[in-house]
Amino acid sequence: MSALLTSSRTSGSEIVKELAFFAVIALMMSVMILGVKTVDRPTGLELAVRWDLVVIAILSTIVGRLALIVRREHLSRLGQAILITIAATTVFEMFVRFREMDDRMAPPVTLDMAFSSFASVVVAIILLAIVFSIAYFTVRKPGANEDDSKPKLSAKLQVGYRANTKKIGILGIAFFIMFPFFFAGDRSAIDLATLVMIYVMLGWGLNIVVGLAGLLDLGYVAFYAVGAYSYALLSQSFGLSFWICLPLAGLFAASFGIILGFPVLRLRGDYLAIVTLGFGEIIRVVLINWYDLTRGPDGIGSIERPTFFGLADFGRRVPEGMVGFNELFGLEYSSMHRLIFLYYLILVLALITNFVTLRLRKLPIGRAWEALREDEIACRSLGINPTNTKLSAFAIGAMFGGFAGAFFATRQGFISPESFTFLESAVILAIVVMGGMGSQIGVVLAAFVMIGFPEMFRELAEYRMLIFGAGMVAIMLWRPRGLLSFRDPTILLHMTQKEKAVGETK
Amino acid sequence: MDWAYFLQQLINGLTLGAIYGLIAIGYTMVYGIIGMINFAHGEIYMLGAFHSLITFLICQAAGISGILPLTLLLMLFVSMVLTSIYGWGVERIAYRPLRGSFRLAALISAIGMSIFLQNFVQISQGARVKPIQPLVEGGITLLDSTDFHVRLSYMQIIIILLTFTLMVVFSLLIAKTSLGRAQRACEQDRTMAGLLGINVDRTISTTFVMGAALASVAGMMVTLYYGVIDFYIGFLAGVKAFTAAVLGGIGSLPGAMLGGLLIGLIESFWSGYLTIEYKDVATFSILVLVLIFRPWGLMGKPEVEKV
Repeated sequence: MSALLTSSRTSGSEIVKELAFFAVIALMMSVMILGVKTVDRPTGLELAVRWDLVVIAILSTIVGRLALIVRREHLSRLGQAILITIAATTVFEMFVRFREMDDRMAPPVTLDMAFSSFASVVVAIILLAIVFSIAYFTVRKPGANEDDSKPKLSAKLQVGYRANTKKIGILGIAFFIMFPFFFAGDRSAIDLATLVMIYVMLGWGLNIVVGLAGLLDLGYVAFYAVGAYSYALLSQSFGLSFWICLPLAGLFAASFGIILGFPVLRLRGDYLAIVTLGFGEIIRVVLINWYDLTRGPDGIGSIERPTFFGLADFGRRVPEGMVGFNELFGLEYSSMHRLIFLYYLILVLALITNFVTLRLRKLPIGRAWEALREDEIACRSLGINPTNTKLSAFAIGAMFGGFAGAFFATRQGFISPESFTFLESAVILAIVVMGGMGSQIGVVLAAFVMIGFPEMFRELAEYRMLIFGAGMVAIMLWRPRGLLSFRDPTILLHMTQKEKAVGETK
Repeated sequence: MDWAYFLQQLINGLTLGAIYGLIAIGYTMVYGIIGMINFAHGEIYMLGAFHSLITFLICQAAGISGILPLTLLLMLFVSMVLTSIYGWGVERIAYRPLRGSFRLAALISAIGMSIFLQNFVQISQGARVKPIQPLVEGGITLLDSTDFHVRLSYMQIIIILLTFTLMVVFSLLIAKTSLGRAQRACEQDRTMAGLLGINVDRTISTTFVMGAALASVAGMMVTLYYGVIDFYIGFLAGVKAFTAAVLGGIGSLPGAMLGGLLIGLIESFWSGYLTIEYKDVATFSILVLVLIFRPWGLMGKPEVEKV
């Protein structure tokens, strides 16, 4: 065994060569984009030089590469963990320097800023600890074989998860129902939870299209936009209430789904992706330019907030002919009532989405979606009409997007085309794929990772999206099939009783 | 007057189309060889624009911006080299580890890469638009009528000539050299090519590098032609260039160029004769129409479905 190891070990000069190669690459990548900053001056653009950043970039690359070499050669577990941590620290140092450069131009340091830098230090320490432990514990022991008799921890977790999906689901639902009671006074916590729930619902809606039917949709946000605008416009032009508009918004979005889907669903995966992306952009361009209807980039403001099922109103000043929510239940007036109501509303909407999906999976149509995802040609030869089947998935997914859009409009009270960019579609798709396509609980988990964490670290401001992008790449490299990844069809022909039980509860 | 206006739109459209075509080649080559959309390609083009802008500013600071041909060549060279390395990096980080994994994973990691690069440039270079004064001024007045002048600027001539030259060079590269042969072999059957001694990893890397080099030239042209860039230009240009690649028939090099020219012409005529606001809608509608009636594009081969 040791002879095998030494034979595959790279010699010192080869390592130096490899390091030098990556140092040159890092130099060339950073020399202009990092090393030189274009500064706006009244006379035109000027340059400011920042060699320190280039040096840091090269250093972190070398250290990181060295860590990878140590890991590859099974040299020292602790050593590679320390090296990776150092590399992460240098990268962090780079961010800190960025921040300092920005602050020089910013107004004098305020308490708020001091707090935010303190918070980022804490965050940094936590992150570095996480980096260290991941690097330390994930390394394969020298000589560990693939057919290790001891099952891996992750495999055990997966089995445990699969056997107990129902319990986990019920526990999760119970947690979300109890959530406002724990944070009854905390405005931002409820707001954040509502936001995460919107994305959970969107994720579940898109999961029907991507996860079940296997259609790659990069323009899902278009249906979200259709839902939001149809509620806003119906409510403002015809004075319809939220409860009448909600189904209408879903209906409109679904018909948009059918209109778009009808011509393009014959296309193969990647083409479908790009056409849906194009459709998303078309909707946005139309929203911006059709000023008479949508008020263009100005957006639509003061959209009516929802009432308590048409029975009572949440406002401080109750309109004519309505009862205040607090009067109806004999409570003190509190602006939190509306927030909590909105939270429960989206929770119920999301759970309806989930429930419908789970039931649909057991109907012939759901089975057909999964079959189509696995093998289209086989489906066609068995007499399933692929176009209609795909169209139904597309329309149902769009409908839930429309519901979520209507909710979004009523929650924000203001919508503009800004909220419906391609980035939004990418985020929703990332939630679905990261969750593990087709996994309902995975979507919740991924929505937390993608929406919850970035929102919590708001103070990192512009680095948020940077980390978001890097995180998307990292998670895909780490778990290409998503966080909770199973994609077997719900039923298989030759399935043991136990497998069936596990499969059905998914 | 009408003909003059038409001619002007034609010239503008061809210039724009040349730029789209150069980006589209990168898409078509990558799609041809690994069968995936390189989602970060638009950002590579944006990086090319930034590299050439910064090179120009360095030239200006060094006092050699007066010698125009030297400056232009430096911009071209530096931007091609540095941007290619980003192309290499994208393949290495976001695609290679996921090759052989399932398709959506690579797509998501590429989208992540694209978001990362966009924000990276936004943070390091600032979010505001970067204007530079026009470098190449003047032009030829082709048609001189009383109320309308048809102008063919020197910049437009440079763009069209440079694109044409690059097209010829790259076509020869693919058709005649051993590198091109390796690429075509990998396109047909990667495993077989590997068995026959072709370094598949290196060939795929080279494909990304070549695509990035061409995109960086497009970035430089845009910097010079419009004189304004920002960190967000990559997205729309990327989508349109992909449309061009699909329109021409994905996998086909001349197809990508043709598609680019068509998209450029459509956009320019649409803005010239109809509404400028809906030019993007026009582009995408064309894409949808092409995909419905001729999914293999204008110059591609229809794909045979295999069981």
